[in-house]
Amino acid sequence: MEYFRRTNSFFAAAFVLLLAVGLMAPNWFSYLTTISLAKALVVIGLVILLRAGLVSFGQGLYYCLGGYSVGIAGHYLQWTDGFLVLLIAMVVSGIVAAILGLLLCRYREIFFAMLTMAFSMILYGILVKSVGLGSTDGFNIHSVSFFGWEPGTDKLGLIVYFLACLAALIVAVLMHRYFHSPVGFAGEAIRENEIRVEYLGVSPNRIIFSKYILAAVLAGAGGGLTALASGHVDPEMAYWTTSGEFVFVALLSGTAHVAAVFIAAFLFEIIRTYAFDLAPYNWQMILGATLLLIIFFLPKGLWSIFTIRRAGGGVK
Amino acid sequence: MDTLLVILVDGIVYSSWLFLVAAGLTLVYGVMKILNMAHGSMYAIGAYSAASFVGWYFSADYVPWASYFFFIGCALAGGVIAGLLVERGVLRLMYGSDEVVMILVTYGVLLILEDVTKLIWGVDAYFAYQPYGLLGRTKVMGITFANYDLYLIGVSVTVGALMWYGLNRTRNGKMLRAVIHDREISMAMGINVTRTFIITFVLGSALGALAGGLTAPALSVVPGIGIEIIILAFAVVVIGGLGSVEGAAVGAILVGISRAIAVHTFPEIELFVIYGVMALVLSVRPRGLFVTATARKI
Repeated sequence: MEYFRRTNSFFAAAFVLLLAVGLMAPNWFSYLTTISLAKALVVIGLVILLRAGLVSFGQGLYYCLGGYSVGIAGHYLQWTDGFLVLLIAMVVSGIVAAILGLLLCRYREIFFAMLTMAFSMILYGILVKSVGLGSTDGFNIHSVSFFGWEPGTDKLGLIVYFLACLAALIVAVLMHRYFHSPVGFAGEAIRENEIRVEYLGVSPNRIIFSKYILAAVLAGAGGGLTALASGHVDPEMAYWTTSGEFVFVALLSGTAHVAAVFIAAFLFEIIRTYAFDLAPYNWQMILGATLLLIIFFLPKGLWSIFTIRRAGGGVK
Repeated sequence: MDTLLVILVDGIVYSSWLFLVAAGLTLVYGVMKILNMAHGSMYAIGAYSAASFVGWYFSADYVPWASYFFFIGCALAGGVIAGLLVERGVLRLMYGSDEVVMILVTYGVLLILEDVTKLIWGVDAYFAYQPYGLLGRTKVMGITFANYDLYLIGVSVTVGALMWYGLNRTRNGKMLRAVIHDREISMAMGINVTRTFIITFVLGSALGALAGGLTAPALSVVPGIGIEIIILAFAVVVIGGLGSVEGAAVGAILVGISRAIAVHTFPEIELFVIYGVMALVLSVRPRGLFVTATARKI
């Protein structure tokens, strides 16, 4: 319990800090932070799967579904409440994941990666050809309200930023608990040795099924937040390169700690923004090189820098 | 009846192109257990090498027919160089890692090579239509099709046959199959596995570049073609069963024909169909058509 309390107060402090920064920082910075928080939600889902030894190359599917749910709810159904549309995004992602998960929970390793990728490409293929939803261009999101209050376009960015911070805080606290719960640890047991988990009387497929749905719900929330922040959705959100980015961030963060994901997501956005600014034709090269360096030198992700030091220093 | 014939011809042309793209990928996976995402870059490098060569060759007024040898040679050379660099420079350091980690490594290589091609060839589109136009068109049973497409089918069948012969009927192929079957035992039997790996990877890369080079005359070569192609190739290879050449051929035909049917009947579902077929096959046979299930180990 002491451990949770310490981490939770750390999360709370980070939350307050983020709010303060949001009030003072320029618009582009709070936008960048919003996007990285939203993507961090998706990546936490990916990390949940990674802890069970599964790499999903198709989280873009739920990211995109979340974004489009928010867009469709506002655009076609005239539901504009920010909390409501985010909830819809999560529910839609959860339902789709519950259907696909029935099949996917039997797959492992490369086949899991390939099949998830196929499903997200199917959504991409459908969206690209659906003229009513703007085809390859996507469409703009209606402005949202919060319990009947409509922030103007100038304030909307900041409100969405606060919303993202709040979502991040809730997810961080809950997922940190989840990682240290029996189900959370069961994931690692599955990664280490699935058959032994079966001998313990636990069904690996069922656990993976639940983790897959959880990851999808998180990705849906992330996609919804991104849609609210950027005011636009397009099929690119389901393309495999988007999912590749999420895997990249998950690798950067490692699976050791929830906080690492947020740091990694923020770092990733910074690297990408600056690389894109400095070298518009070479930014992918910078990303690729970073990826290789991480795999070579930090195979357990960013968080291992802290744990290595702790082990070396003999504090614990 | 006419549509049916068009669908068949289109499907076969597309299938043979798909097989060319996927052959190298499945070979590399079969021997090295690396699902090589950078294969898409090899395709792009081949396409760019061929296109820039064709542009230069035809502006210099040489004998046009000889270009067929040279532009293919150019693409192959590009693939061999890139393959060697990637294998010796990066992959060599990572052997023995998890299969999924290897995908991520090749993903990093893909990102890097994407920009290397932009650095070398710029971001403008390249056109190399001359070899395509040179062969003209034939009219058979009321349908016109480009002779270049027939040529593509011919190359694809030849590559497939050579691969089958090389793997099943030669000494080196036997050694390669031994490595596929059990890496450690073949090492103990005196097979130079490191050399086998280098040769396989270079061969796979050259095949990817060949596919790119052969496609260059049929479309414009622009940045990003490698990224588009690689998941198509994944779909084909996974349907057939990773590492199986026969599987890649069957996967290519399945995807090619279903795409042709979709394009000529419901063009809206073109992209959907390819991955739909993949999802369908995987849901019935989780490891693809040509791979038998393995026992689980404790």
